[in-house]
Amino acid sequence: MSKLLKGLLLLTALFAHVVGAQQLNIQVTQGVDDPVPIAIVPFGWQGFGVLPESITDIVNADLRNSGQFTTIPERNMLSTPHEESEVFYRDWRFLGADYLLIGKIERSAGSDLIQVQYELFDTLREARLVGEVISGSEAQLRDIAHQISDVVYEQITGIRGAFSTKILYVTSQRISDTVTNYQLNLSDMDGGRPQVLLESREPIMSPSWSPDARRIAYVSFESSRPRIYIQDLATGQREQITDFPGLNSSPVWSPDGNRMAMVLSKDGNPDIYVMDLRTRDLRKVTTHFAVDTEPAWMPDGRSLVYTSEQGGANRPQIYQVNLDTGFTERVTFEGNYNSKPLVLPDGKSLIVVHRYDARDEFHLALLNLERGTMRVLTDTSLDESPTLAPNASMVMYASKAGGRGILNAVSIDGRVKYQLPVNAGDVREPSWSPFLD
Amino acid sequence: MQNNMIKLGVAALLSVMMAACSSTDTDGTANTNTNAGANTAGAGNSNQLSAEELRRQEALRKTVFYFAFDSSELSAEDRDTLVYHAEALKANPSRRVRLEGHADERGTREYNLALGERRAQAVARYLQAQGVSANQLETISYGEERPAQQGTTEAAYAANRRVELK
Repeated sequence: MSKLLKGLLLLTALFAHVVGAQQLNIQVTQGVDDPVPIAIVPFGWQGFGVLPESITDIVNADLRNSGQFTTIPERNMLSTPHEESEVFYRDWRFLGADYLLIGKIERSAGSDLIQVQYELFDTLREARLVGEVISGSEAQLRDIAHQISDVVYEQITGIRGAFSTKILYVTSQRISDTVTNYQLNLSDMDGGRPQVLLESREPIMSPSWSPDARRIAYVSFESSRPRIYIQDLATGQREQITDFPGLNSSPVWSPDGNRMAMVLSKDGNPDIYVMDLRTRDLRKVTTHFAVDTEPAWMPDGRSLVYTSEQGGANRPQIYQVNLDTGFTERVTFEGNYNSKPLVLPDGKSLIVVHRYDARDEFHLALLNLERGTMRVLTDTSLDESPTLAPNASMVMYASKAGGRGILNAVSIDGRVKYQLPVNAGDVREPSWSPFLD
Repeated sequence: MQNNMIKLGVAALLSVMMAACSSTDTDGTANTNTNAGANTAGAGNSNQLSAEELRRQEALRKTVFYFAFDSSELSAEDRDTLVYHAEALKANPSRRVRLEGHADERGTREYNLALGERRAQAVARYLQAQGVSANQLETISYGEERPAQQGTTEAAYAANRRVELK
């Protein structure tokens, strides 16, 4: 029997109030040199009317945007099979397609549900790799398409697909010299189905996800001061969790979801704290008189990496502190500015915002913690706010292009790059969700 | 617009000062002794009084203070200006002000929030050193989130590295 989309129902509840959200549009700027050729035959549709979304187009875009695939143009296809008995492998090998994806869409008898059947073939081995039937409502066609992309991606690359994930991002639009509109947005990872979660005339910063992807945290200045809020995605209910004098910033959940690292300057200068989310007890982690900020958890939840000025004012470097022992050590030595660390899942590498020398050249760099080597990943302008896809394939980040804030993405190996500009205004601070199931 | 007003003010101030006295170079240091200033007020040299009053009003109109790249150090001129704000605050102890610190967009956002706070605190500390009560001052940082000027030029960046007294 068909598989119902779980977890996504929760998010569809929010689609009801889609308001003028700024839509992101992916533009691939660099793919791998040897992308895998795949043919995606337009899925057959045996129902009345026109479906609101084209599954074929979405899967095509997902696979192309990953930079790992090239797709065979529809006009070159010699046939349009919708099931296995109609497939002639030689035709597809002739077109240079190593893989073939086909499918058909039907309306379930006596219901509003749509059934999507798909099958993936290896044309060289002449073998059917996978196939299944997924059902959902018309509103879930994008979810179904992304789920198919996930399966195809994993079958061919061996890496779990992350097309069914979401991103948070902040946009700002200047309305007049004195008024700017700030929005916290949620969309599919490809920019699809954008929706506004919070709108304010005061800045919004630092969105982040709970590990179970049910809640988000962010900093809002709506009270005229920066304060940390936690918002439930399904209900929209939220709670202000800090109200300390000075900065209240950089909220990030621990890997187990029970604690939150944050930055408070209530004692006079910004320090890293960890809050127990059940008791709300606060523990001060850094005590140096210099600025300590931008905490990130190591995967085991026992230490934090963060940006600190303890080596010199205006010369931030990355430090690591063990939460059990308090032992602190500096981990970046190359360049005169390293900040905002992002920890890779194996805990062996960091991505940091790096400036080697010149005052305006900020790029993302990959730091190998064991060897101490650093490799610059990006060549865009004023790069910042890195966030990682849950399958660790791509890093999304913010940069400036033509005087405007845009989002970009780069693969960890630097081979794939794409941009996600917004229609109007500035976009920044992307935060990639965990896997949603 | 604001710049023009300031220039006009300075021109007016200079002409008044020159008319009043040919050697008022020690103006800034004289201010530190407020009693001396108050005493001369009644002394009948109306030109000198209005010069000082003009200067005071000029200073109080200036509520935005700019900083060099990577710096939270107040300029000598801004220190002089803040002396007048300090006097006004001390004269009105129930008045509270916000010191809003800002950074230019270079560098990471949360770190820039810290830089903006450091600038706001530099102004707060200076005012406190002039005798203003800490209870009258609140510091807040907007980091790079509320630029005064759009753009990626050095001029825009310079306009954005600031503390606003409100």
